[in-house]
Amino acid sequence: MMSWLRTRTLLKRNGVLGINRRNAQYMLPYNPRSAYPLVDDKTLTKQLALKAGVAVPALYGVIDIQQQVRTLPRLLAQYTDFVVKPARGSQGDGIIVVTGRAHDRYVCADGSHLDGHDMGFHVSNILSGIYSLGGQADKALIEYRVHFDPVFEAVTYRGVPDVRIIVFRGVPVMAMVRLPTRVSGGKANLHQGAVGTGVDMATGRTLTAVCRGAIVTEHPDTGNPVSGIQIPHWDTLIDLAARSYELTGLGYQGIDIVLDRDQGPLMLELNARPGLAIQIANQAGLRTRLEKVERALPGLRTVAERIAFAREQFAHVGPIEGATSARARGSAGNEDSDRP
Amino acid sequence: MRRAHLFVLSGLLAAIGCGFFLYKLFALGFPLQPEQRTDVWRVEVRLQFEAAGGPVKASLFLPHGTHDVVVVDQSFVSPGYGIVTEPQPGRGIRAVYSIREAQGMQAVYYRAVVQPARLKDAVSRDPAPAVQPSPLEGAERVAAESVVAAARQRSSDAATFASLIVEQLREPPKGREAAFLLGPQPTSRRIAVTAVQLIRFGGVPARMANGIVLAPERRDAQFAHWVEFHADGRWRPLYINDADRAAPHQLLPWWRGNMPFAELTGGALLKHDISTSRSYELATQAALNQQRALERKLVEFSLFGLPLQTQALFRTLLVIPVGILLLAILRNVVGFKTFGTFMPVLIALAFRQTGLAWGVLFFCIVVALGLAVRFYLERLKLLLVPRLAAVVIVVILIIAMLSVLSFKLGLDRGLSLGLFPIVIMTMTIERMTLVWEERGAREALEQAAGSIAVGALCYLVMNLRMVEHLFFVFPELLLTVLAVTLLLGRYSGYRLTELFRFRVLAR
Repeated sequence: MMSWLRTRTLLKRNGVLGINRRNAQYMLPYNPRSAYPLVDDKTLTKQLALKAGVAVPALYGVIDIQQQVRTLPRLLAQYTDFVVKPARGSQGDGIIVVTGRAHDRYVCADGSHLDGHDMGFHVSNILSGIYSLGGQADKALIEYRVHFDPVFEAVTYRGVPDVRIIVFRGVPVMAMVRLPTRVSGGKANLHQGAVGTGVDMATGRTLTAVCRGAIVTEHPDTGNPVSGIQIPHWDTLIDLAARSYELTGLGYQGIDIVLDRDQGPLMLELNARPGLAIQIANQAGLRTRLEKVERALPGLRTVAERIAFAREQFAHVGPIEGATSARARGSAGNEDSDRP
Repeated sequence: MRRAHLFVLSGLLAAIGCGFFLYKLFALGFPLQPEQRTDVWRVEVRLQFEAAGGPVKASLFLPHGTHDVVVVDQSFVSPGYGIVTEPQPGRGIRAVYSIREAQGMQAVYYRAVVQPARLKDAVSRDPAPAVQPSPLEGAERVAAESVVAAARQRSSDAATFASLIVEQLREPPKGREAAFLLGPQPTSRRIAVTAVQLIRFGGVPARMANGIVLAPERRDAQFAHWVEFHADGRWRPLYINDADRAAPHQLLPWWRGNMPFAELTGGALLKHDISTSRSYELATQAALNQQRALERKLVEFSLFGLPLQTQALFRTLLVIPVGILLLAILRNVVGFKTFGTFMPVLIALAFRQTGLAWGVLFFCIVVALGLAVRFYLERLKLLLVPRLAAVVIVVILIIAMLSVLSFKLGLDRGLSLGLFPIVIMTMTIERMTLVWEERGAREALEQAAGSIAVGALCYLVMNLRMVEHLFFVFPELLLTVLAVTLLLGRYSGYRLTELFRFRVLAR
């Protein structure tokens, strides 16, 4: 009980944002209900982005109704690799990444093979709303598969690494890079075991890395160091993030960006309920930063001013924890297996 | 601003809820404990007489609760007789049984249900009578003057005077005036009559009161007599028997004055016998029985005004908000993960039918078997709705089988299993497979365990007899629950599980 109270005090002092406060103080007041469908339906998000000139993965096709599932093979025949995802999916559920073909079968990013029936069944499941929030009827999107930038190749186990940036009223406040691992099944979700690294908002270099709540220095599958990597096109990324506010009008949102080898940063999706794990990856509390933005808001009128504010205020100071400390490496790496 | 609004609203709701609760608790006497019982007495009077063949008119006094007991219900059983009740100010209420023609032995009945009074209704409603000239003459008058003078000298006011007179008559010194007035071997009625005469003689209004002692299972109850005198604007009792004095709440006052209990014209051989019996009744019912007119309206428009079957439904319905409040706390303050928002409360409702241990067991069996079937169906690549339908059918089959099986094994608990919310179970199975596939077995089992744990906790709270009783008898407490729930809606502190989740940031 005492240690709980102590933890609570420390978390409060460090400005860690809890889910209740995120909902009550940031999402409810700043995210108008009417704007949710814009981000919950990825086809709408895509349309908005295209209208505003924001780069997104190209859309190959949309399956709206069950009858169209029959036309799926014809549609897919044009492409060797593509992604099938539900328009209203959450947390990366229901996404199939096809990387190629072998004897009439689709080869998926996780190494499994699917035949035409399996693919049709998966799309039917998406349409019936299995992956959507609240189980409403859904649409299936077929879109360009991102050929990710080699920068993260050494620290990714299958799947697509992405950059998540939390944007509060147009000011990018915190960012992290999510690196899929074998445990996470190629998904870039921290709670499934992906590695998350904090990002220095000023420079776009990765900071401390966290996997399953513990600080790590290397990617668990590839063994390569994950801290201190420079994210390419950081200026574009932070600009994309700052502009996403005008796109939807959501005061508190998360933007997921992937880095394509050929096309540069592409906006994957927007999230009106971004998770709080980003704080663990950054070893920093969101609340402190959000309150800073709230105070400075009257002086931040243009996109450029917001970006400048973010780069100046949320720059990382001091050494990167974990990357340089051998002690941290020893203790954090063995946390799960260490039995006294 | 928004915060202040919320606090005012919650405060108001809580105040209204608690206010009504306290009013009903203290002013209306609704019981706080579910098992509180109260004595209820049934008094039956049988009047027997031989009718002469012509018109018959039999009258008797009716019990007239004033001190510590009240008559909550009364009925007259008398085939063919007309009944008129007439209040006689200062004496009591008289019922008159009348018939145009009657022959032979007749029996008429009067029954009353009597309870200890909640509202202390003093005797003061009767006005003080004018002091009448004393009927005492000659030697008796001289003796009375002597007793009264002695008592007056030793007393300070009407109350002490009256009690001194009664004391003297209760234990009269041999050969003195008091003994002379009472005569040999005085009955308690004789003492009461004499005491009334003497107190009146001393200038204090007095009267005799007649009643019965409420005793469990008494077949032939006798009337007890005591004295009432008027002082300070109200009538006060003075008991003659020690037993009556010790337990006045056991005395049911019947009528005042020294008129006979029953009178008869048109017949003969009048006799009466009175029996009393005691039964217990739930204090709630007892409280409901003795409302005043306005309060009665309140009760009529409460849940007690509903038919019994509907009441039983509401007993269950009204504890759901308690479960929901608990669920909200467990989810938002503790941070439990559950399937669906309110499913654990529905699981808890199902547990009410089966009991906790069996409920958890059956739940696990049904979900586990359902999951197995669902995984098998997964291979057949069925569409969502038919697959859900198939799972529902299988779940019903599993439940039917479990019921038969547990019945054959002699576990009658299995029979109540059918009341399990089948559709809820199916959705649980469906959600669980999805989570299982997408997030892994660990997350799925975590959420399942969370749902069962929250369901069990809700069950434990919702199934407390105290909780069920409180919310049924005092449904206004739901306003307080609502107030707490509203406040919880603005709780922005950490969840307990977050303390663990973000522990690396606590440096």
